Amino acid sequence: MIVELGDLALDEGAHLLIKRALATDEQVEVRGTAPTLGVDLPAWCRARGLRINIAFRPGVYIVHRGPARWRDAERAGRVDAPSAHAEARWGLAARGALVEAGAPPLDLPLADRAEVWADEAARLYAQAAAAQWDPATAIPWDAPATHPPEVEDAIVQVMTYLIENETAALLVPTRFLARLHPHFREVMQLLAIQAADEARHIEVFTRRARLRRSELGLSTAGGQASLATLFDEPDFAIASFLLSVLGEGSFLSLLRFLREHAPDACTREVARLAAQDEARHVAFGLAHLQRHVAEDPTLRSRLASAIERRHTALAQTAGLNEEVFDALLLLAAGSWKPDALRAGHAKVVALQQDMDDGRRQRLARLGFTPEEAAALSSLHTRNFM
Amino acid sequence: MKPLMLGAVAYDAKVVPIWEGFRAYFEARGLAFDYVLYSNYERQVEAHLRGEIDVAWNSPLAWIEADRAAPGRARAVAMRDTDCDLTSVVIARPGIASLAELRGKRVGVGAADSPQATLIPLLAFAEAGIEVEVVRHDVLVGKHGDHVGGERDAVKALAAGTVDAACVIDGNRLAFAREGILPAGATVVHQTPPYDHCNFTVLGDTPTKFVDLLLAMSYEDPQVRPLLDMEGLKAWRPGRTSGYAQLERAVDRFKTLEPWLAEQARRGNDRRAR
Repeated sequence: MIVELGDLALDEGAHLLIKRALATDEQVEVRGTAPTLGVDLPAWCRARGLRINIAFRPGVYIVHRGPARWRDAERAGRVDAPSAHAEARWGLAARGALVEAGAPPLDLPLADRAEVWADEAARLYAQAAAAQWDPATAIPWDAPATHPPEVEDAIVQVMTYLIENETAALLVPTRFLARLHPHFREVMQLLAIQAADEARHIEVFTRRARLRRSELGLSTAGGQASLATLFDEPDFAIASFLLSVLGEGSFLSLLRFLREHAPDACTREVARLAAQDEARHVAFGLAHLQRHVAEDPTLRSRLASAIERRHTALAQTAGLNEEVFDALLLLAAGSWKPDALRAGHAKVVALQQDMDDGRRQRLARLGFTPEEAAALSSLHTRNFM
Repeated sequence: MKPLMLGAVAYDAKVVPIWEGFRAYFEARGLAFDYVLYSNYERQVEAHLRGEIDVAWNSPLAWIEADRAAPGRARAVAMRDTDCDLTSVVIARPGIASLAELRGKRVGVGAADSPQATLIPLLAFAEAGIEVEVVRHDVLVGKHGDHVGGERDAVKALAAGTVDAACVIDGNRLAFAREGILPAGATVVHQTPPYDHCNFTVLGDTPTKFVDLLLAMSYEDPQVRPLLDMEGLKAWRPGRTSGYAQLERAVDRFKTLEPWLAEQARRGNDRRAR
């Protein structure tokens, strides 16, 4: 093949024409009139291991193809669907990219599709990206509030509790995100946006708590012990079962409760928007566990024993702290009148029933029998998350 | 087993991973190997003459130092493909079209001991009988121009108009043009004949296994390729000494090595080497 460079110099992009020709031909004849071609072309070839002969006529060179850098290159799976196993040697390459052999391996433990994948991940990610909201404008921070000061204190206590729980909900998946092979791109993206959701929830709960108070409420040892067990769980499936399906699932009920019963528009809106995001987190947890259980039926018994283990570990703790229970009651009552308190109490009891119903439904979707689901739901941490 | 000791000059921090990589490569193939880094080529050649290292990764000037201090004993056993057939160019500001037109003008060169950016280009002026005012850009003297900084400074001086021409190795002309630091309209007014650059020097018997393992390195082997990329080559070649004639003439003409050789003679290094 003859490559006519004309007066295009190597410092003006002429190398692209030569590379293009060498991609198809072992040997090409390069012709050009740029004044620096005789200096630049031999130097350029030398640096790339290309043999060059100077032909008899001035401005004509024969360039031979160099060593094959891409000989052992392989595709990092297919761009449109993840592989059953992501190879460490694919490293950080985009799924489906042609990867040069010899890149440093990226040895991540979550590298099997069966363990992490859900077909819904891409859809849920897209939904999450479209549903991001701006705390500055989405929430009526200046909405009037007429509730008594003690009810405000109760809201602050509930917010304090929510912040602590959402911090766990941010950090636990993030630790798995850092161990996930990026080949499972959609799951990686979804976990990342989930973390962003939780970051936003922490922001709005904090801002709501500080709206009329300069100090936050109480954090109990029992509550923290319950969350700590989530950190101790090394298995991705079990951690997302405990956190997303059971914990965040129960939180959906709690946020719905706040949306219905909070005395002020600001708290109600905070709860509504957070619930929207949490529903996606629960949906992903359920989707990938449903898939995982279908591929590995023994997972179900491991999930069941994880609940039992956690129950045993937490048996000695106080469970849901009384302050949170009382705060929810007062918040729902809205005043100190006995009738209002009675009604508030009934609503909190109904909330716990609602949480239990939700957990049992989700357990059933994972293939547990109604009896198993009822038994397991009753063992779920009394701290909700 | 006593390892084969290699000497190299630490002209850049990347020298450590390069030789660590080579050490792993050699040891995995049954050659006990270690290396010592020197801050400049003169120290390395002196250590070689004292027998402290077996092989020296020498600049062309260090090769001549070793060859002259231990006549008849120095051998170049291997070199990079990229060490063969280099040229240097003299790039002049617009308006100057030939080497002769630089007579009496200011010419920017690299470090005093750089073969490619100082000694060989200045030989071209001297042999053509053209006297110029030499403006040196001494970056890391003792490292024989391995650091590109001297050449870059010479080109920057050309762009700033403080010199009328700059001397660089051919590949750096293209690199500086792509970086955009070559002034517009600057012209190549001279290109030297081809010459060779670094080599692995021994003073005595050829370490056959070392050379065989080098020549067996294939750029198509993904385990080896990162090492070759770092050291800037695609293949090792058997050593040759036919490409050092210009530099020999330059050091003779400019008496570049006389003080160092006299010092070696005074210390008895040259005798010991024999």
